[in-house]
Amino acid sequence: MRFGIFHTLCPLFAALAFTSNVLAEQVQVAVAANFTAPLQAIAREFESDTGHTVLAAFGATGQLYAQIRNGAPFEVFLSADERTAAKLEREGLGVSGSRFTYAVGRLVLWSAQAGYVDGSDAVLKASPFRHLAIANPKAAPYGLAASQVLEKLGLSATLKDKLVEGQSITQTHQFIATGNAELGFVALSQVYKEGQLSSGSAWRVPAELHTPIKQDALILKKGEHNPAALAFSEYLKGEKATAIIQSYGYQR
Amino acid sequence: MIWPLQRRNVPTPTLGGAGEIQARFKVEHADFTLDVDLNLPGRGVSALFGHSGSGKTSCLRCFAGLDRPSEGYLQVNGEVWQDSAQGLFVPAHKRAVGYVFQGANLFAHLSVRRNLEYGLKRIPAAQRRIALEQAVELLGIGHLLQRLPGKLSGGEQQRVGIARALLTSPRMLLLDEPLAALDLKRKQEVLPYLERLHSELQMPIIYVSHSPDEVARLADHLVLLEDGKVSASGPLKETLLRADLPFVFEEDAEAVVDAQVTAHDPAYGLLAVQLPGSGISLQLPHGPLPPGQSVRVKIKARDVSLSLQQAQHSSVLNLLPARVVDWINVAEQAHVLVRVQVGREQLMARITRYSFDRLNIQREQSLWAQVKSVSLLGAS
Amino acid sequence: MPLTEADFAAVLLTLELAALTTVLLLLIGTPIAWWLARTGSRWKQPIGAIVALPLVLPPTVIGFYLLVSMGPHGVIGQLTQSLGLGTLTFTFTGLLIGSVFYSLPFVVQPLQNAFEAIGRAPLEAAATLRAGPWDAFFTVVLPLAKPGFVTAAILGFAHTVGEFGVVLMIGGNIPGKTQVASVQIYNHVETMNYAQAHWLAGGMVLFSFIVLLALYSGRSSQRVWQ
Repeated sequence: MRFGIFHTLCPLFAALAFTSNVLAEQVQVAVAANFTAPLQAIAREFESDTGHTVLAAFGATGQLYAQIRNGAPFEVFLSADERTAAKLEREGLGVSGSRFTYAVGRLVLWSAQAGYVDGSDAVLKASPFRHLAIANPKAAPYGLAASQVLEKLGLSATLKDKLVEGQSITQTHQFIATGNAELGFVALSQVYKEGQLSSGSAWRVPAELHTPIKQDALILKKGEHNPAALAFSEYLKGEKATAIIQSYGYQR
Repeated sequence: MIWPLQRRNVPTPTLGGAGEIQARFKVEHADFTLDVDLNLPGRGVSALFGHSGSGKTSCLRCFAGLDRPSEGYLQVNGEVWQDSAQGLFVPAHKRAVGYVFQGANLFAHLSVRRNLEYGLKRIPAAQRRIALEQAVELLGIGHLLQRLPGKLSGGEQQRVGIARALLTSPRMLLLDEPLAALDLKRKQEVLPYLERLHSELQMPIIYVSHSPDEVARLADHLVLLEDGKVSASGPLKETLLRADLPFVFEEDAEAVVDAQVTAHDPAYGLLAVQLPGSGISLQLPHGPLPPGQSVRVKIKARDVSLSLQQAQHSSVLNLLPARVVDWINVAEQAHVLVRVQVGREQLMARITRYSFDRLNIQREQSLWAQVKSVSLLGAS
Repeated sequence: MPLTEADFAAVLLTLELAALTTVLLLLIGTPIAWWLARTGSRWKQPIGAIVALPLVLPPTVIGFYLLVSMGPHGVIGQLTQSLGLGTLTFTFTGLLIGSVFYSLPFVVQPLQNAFEAIGRAPLEAAATLRAGPWDAFFTVVLPLAKPGFVTAAILGFAHTVGEFGVVLMIGGNIPGKTQVASVQIYNHVETMNYAQAHWLAGGMVLFSFIVLLALYSGRSSQRVWQ
């Protein structure tokens, strides 16, 4: 009987192997949470254009860093900041020279309620709210940028007691989306789709109020010899990707 | 061993009035329905006898208020504890009953003393008619007071359970097969205490059992339960001898007779006892007992044969003058149970139909009852 | 020892949360466990299953639903707002409620088992000895169920100390209010302060171990005396 099964499966495997593109590979990408939506759009285009598949894991930059350091099987890293990618490169966990800025993030003060934020910082100064959500400044670059904005506006001290921290920019968004925080600082890409605000009300924070949120990508050592990893990295620099990235409110 | 019975002067139960127990219970269980209507004497021991599943424990629990019959009426010596027609149901913890469970059911986390005090504490001082020392002495548990129930033998636990129930100064004592879980030795140990209860307490006692010997020894009133219904209820001796109840105790029909010790023959090891009032004497192999002591003996129908003449050369010890009362046919019609009067007592004789016809037994006929074997209650 | 004030505050907050949760659960859980142990109603199974839900649900699921229901549009949130209490997310009270849900089966189930093990017999004995239902509960059931209470308290406390997913979802990382030890450890890892993470985590392991050891040896010596 075993003989029989072997004879059935063997040609089946052979057929499968030959039907797929022999050159198609898989690339495992670690992605900062704020870039979730744009990455998914880019991955779809990438896959149909090249035949490679993208396996993406999303999370807080600090968390992803810890995982990569401890041997996680990622091949490409899209950080939410410059610092973490540079650190990995320095530590020899990334392919030197492969680091580049794939997007510059924009901060937005957003509320799920329409009309709550009037396109300026007025609501911050008036502070009629109980909770203002930001990402953990120590762990998330957008959180750091948000705290810089508050500092610049001279509101850090007054608003300190109203701050609630999300562990990642995604969680921060969650707090605001469920109404638990009336408003908060999130990435523009999270509330922006096809060139406009998808819901609620927002104030696009002027870039001068914080240090630029440069988001760097890096090919990791594990992906050094994976053609799909190299292809993906190149694709990110290309035209299609740029268009998508910009439509989500990032700059290049 | 014979168990001397002291002060057995319980008055004939009077039915009707304040000194009685009226109970009507109807309970639907999964496998049977309890449907009883009882009038029990307000004093003395009433035994509920039946096989397992006959409803005797269920009935007892209804007395206590542990189970609630859908239809029921319960009046104990003038107090109404349940009347479903009026929607009255006094819950168990408000009824003045003492309940002795089959496995003693002592509180495992309390010492014997604390167990005893549990009920005692919960009745107002004015209502306490039995003191701790009295109950302890009555049940002989003074040396056990500091122990935990887990360290007591079965018999000791049961005695504590009885004492604990008594200490609530109940109006009625309910015992659910208190000896069933004990081995023979422990049974022998506890039985005398039960007999003391009977003789020393004023309250009515309802005793559930499936042991014919226990019932015969302790009961004044007997209730037979079968499939949740009462098949007989009446004074003990009468009920035992009722010929219309096939095998009341399932084994053979038997008679229970009160007698008094007259003499003892040490050479032959024979004890002579006399039936009061008639002077008729019985002999049986037994150790010596003080003359005058009251005893109870059991005579099985199959050990009694009949003879028209007094046999002169028979090995049978006891030849008693008797008068035929009536008879009943049993089983496959091969035997007849004949009831005869001996002095003031009645016995049953089991003889073949052939002999019955051949001797031409008639009512009121005088003849001789040959009693081959007499046993004293308590002996096995 | 590189533990900061924030770390100590986190530990204290954790202990406070665990202790209060345990007390609350013993109070709420006892009647629930008692009912589950004694009832013959057809609601027993469904309610037992609801109580057991936090055993199988990922804490983030519990946390997520709490986040939504405590928010201004959710059931709990609307209730608290109508009572003038605002919303409970990001507050210690909110965490307390979350922890009560999260650790519920860990307290109710040992209690239920203990009550079931007692059975009806002791309660019937108590009734025949003139003890009313409340009297019987306090003088017979509670003493006999003591080991069950100890287990329930240990499990409830320990489980709440380890709570993370729920706090993460509804806490907001506010020092002194919702920044419990488990979240603080996570923060240290996130910000790559591994030394602090080690100290805090290691300390929690040691503490928990000592507490459990002490309580378990207390329990087994009780059994020896039986």
